Amino acid sequence: MAPTDPENVATVVSPGSEVLGPGHTYGSVTDKISSIVLTRGTGKKYRAGLALAIVLLLVLNYAITILMAVGVGVFGINIPVGWGFAIVNFVWWIGIGHAGTLISAFLLLMRQKWRTSINRFAEAMTLFAVACAGMFPLLHMGRPWLGYWLFPYPDTMGVWPQFRSPLVWDVFAVSTYATTSLLFWYVGLLPDLATLRDRATKKVKQIIYGVLALGWRGSARHWKRYETAGLLLAGLATPLVVSVHTVVSFDFTAAIVPGWHSTIFPPYFVAGAIYSGFAMVIALAIPLREYYGLEDFVTIRHLDNMGKIMLATGLIVAYSYIMETFMAFYSGNPYDRFMIMNRMTGPYAVLYWVLIAVNLVIPQLLWLSRIRRNPLWLWFLSFSVQAGMWLERFMIVVTSLHRDYIPSSWGMYYPTRWDWMVFIGSIGLFFTLFYLFIRFLPMISIFEMRELVHKTAEESAP
Amino acid sequence: MHGSETMKRQPLYGLLAEFHSAEELLEATKHTYGAGYRRLDAFSPFPIEGLADAIGFPRTRLPVLVFLGGLFGCCGGFFLQYWPNVIGYPVNIGGKPYDSWPAFIPITFEMTILCAVLTTTFGMLALNGLPSPYHPTFNVPRFAQASKDRFFLLIMAEDTKFDSEQTRQFLTELNPREVSEVES
Repeated sequence: MAPTDPENVATVVSPGSEVLGPGHTYGSVTDKISSIVLTRGTGKKYRAGLALAIVLLLVLNYAITILMAVGVGVFGINIPVGWGFAIVNFVWWIGIGHAGTLISAFLLLMRQKWRTSINRFAEAMTLFAVACAGMFPLLHMGRPWLGYWLFPYPDTMGVWPQFRSPLVWDVFAVSTYATTSLLFWYVGLLPDLATLRDRATKKVKQIIYGVLALGWRGSARHWKRYETAGLLLAGLATPLVVSVHTVVSFDFTAAIVPGWHSTIFPPYFVAGAIYSGFAMVIALAIPLREYYGLEDFVTIRHLDNMGKIMLATGLIVAYSYIMETFMAFYSGNPYDRFMIMNRMTGPYAVLYWVLIAVNLVIPQLLWLSRIRRNPLWLWFLSFSVQAGMWLERFMIVVTSLHRDYIPSSWGMYYPTRWDWMVFIGSIGLFFTLFYLFIRFLPMISIFEMRELVHKTAEESAP
Repeated sequence: MHGSETMKRQPLYGLLAEFHSAEELLEATKHTYGAGYRRLDAFSPFPIEGLADAIGFPRTRLPVLVFLGGLFGCCGGFFLQYWPNVIGYPVNIGGKPYDSWPAFIPITFEMTILCAVLTTTFGMLALNGLPSPYHPTFNVPRFAQASKDRFFLLIMAEDTKFDSEQTRQFLTELNPREVSEVES
């Protein structure tokens, strides 16, 4: 039957809202996002960025090779400071990952519309952050070739991992988190992979996206099960996020050194993780919306909301610092008291006060709506927070270890060039993966944006 | 081409009607179900509330499966720790209890989530019949719009009420943009 009416009859046009620019249709959101993958190609700035990321990735490869060949002594660790950059970086990367899951899962359960345009790349950020984090437990081992002993397999010696140890809990928590993030992300991608399959013009792309899309055709039955699965995954991922960073904090709390053996750590770490995670999402969102022209999708309202969450979690972290200090004195425990005085006035005092400035004081600017709604300011603040959270992990790990109970055991920790190379190199790994992601996959969830167009039009219909 | 008695190049899988908006599709689907058709499917570029009900598919078994998966993970995770510490290779550490269940909680929790997540993902895919490398609807070129901004209603030929001409007439009355034949 020949078409009897023009193409755009009854096409829904969104009047716009705080979280979506006006004038969009299902077609326009699809075109905008899928064209970045299918037709835009790469420009000079993208290639320069990817090249830099790959250079850092090569630095990582080199450093890991030397580490494996020579041994863990190339790091600055010693007795008493048996844990240095490797653990700091592990906790930092895992913490960064948590915001992505929070945006994908928790904000879905809370039915927050503003999650729609940011959840795809935030979840990708989580996946890559967990990949970076996951290297460090292996890298920090004295005998990494025995790393498989951490997994419960039936072995010839009849020996099992120490299930009562937080380090083994970590293995399960991080493995579960990595698997869940990957599956949640992939399930979310399925309808969009189908969109790319149907819009791709080159045969190779059609086949690759077609295979990955698993034959998705948008059937109502499939959507029903899909939405149910999405809510279930969100409901499972939310407590998972809380549990993973809690288990990571247990790496410290289960030990007895002053400054570690504290019950405040689980909520403190989870809040801190969300703090640094949102900082990373902001650090990524602002250049992306600028470079790819996504201001209609990632609006000022999104930046405002993310800034508010950063402020809220930053205040929880500030409260934790204050309580740690207060309890150290209030407890009357001379070792706890010394630990706090050592942080403030000892050999690492400069780092401590920089930490307070960068993590506590400067982010208070987020109270001002002018700052939260200004992309450039917000971007700089996000770096301040990320640096602050890294310094915080450094403070926690190193200051408690380098001077604990008996002065004759005291020492110092100085990072070596290999510590720095693995750290900076891991940032290279993260960005290489992220650059590849934005090139080959839709960085915003296309079908959810269509839903948003539909809902916005429905709500403002007379 | 007319009637199911004559020879055809390909057997007919069904008839596909294309609509411009979600509301039109939902109306059309309800009307079709009301007319007595049961072997239906509807296609959209995003989930539409009420559409699954309209084609006669109200409930999915997925939540039950996920619960069972989580239960399996929970018991499995606990048993994984219980067996080595109590039966397989118990180690006496200062007389502390072998079945130290508080210390077993974190791993048990993680295993519950892991198994539930695996069940959710693979259960959803399995129930949906994915991966599905071939489906007759893809033989209609316009169907590619189902992943962009068009909405489709399918009446399958195996429906008891299906008749090549009458069903086509019925669908045309619903005012779609186009009605296409779907070859198997």
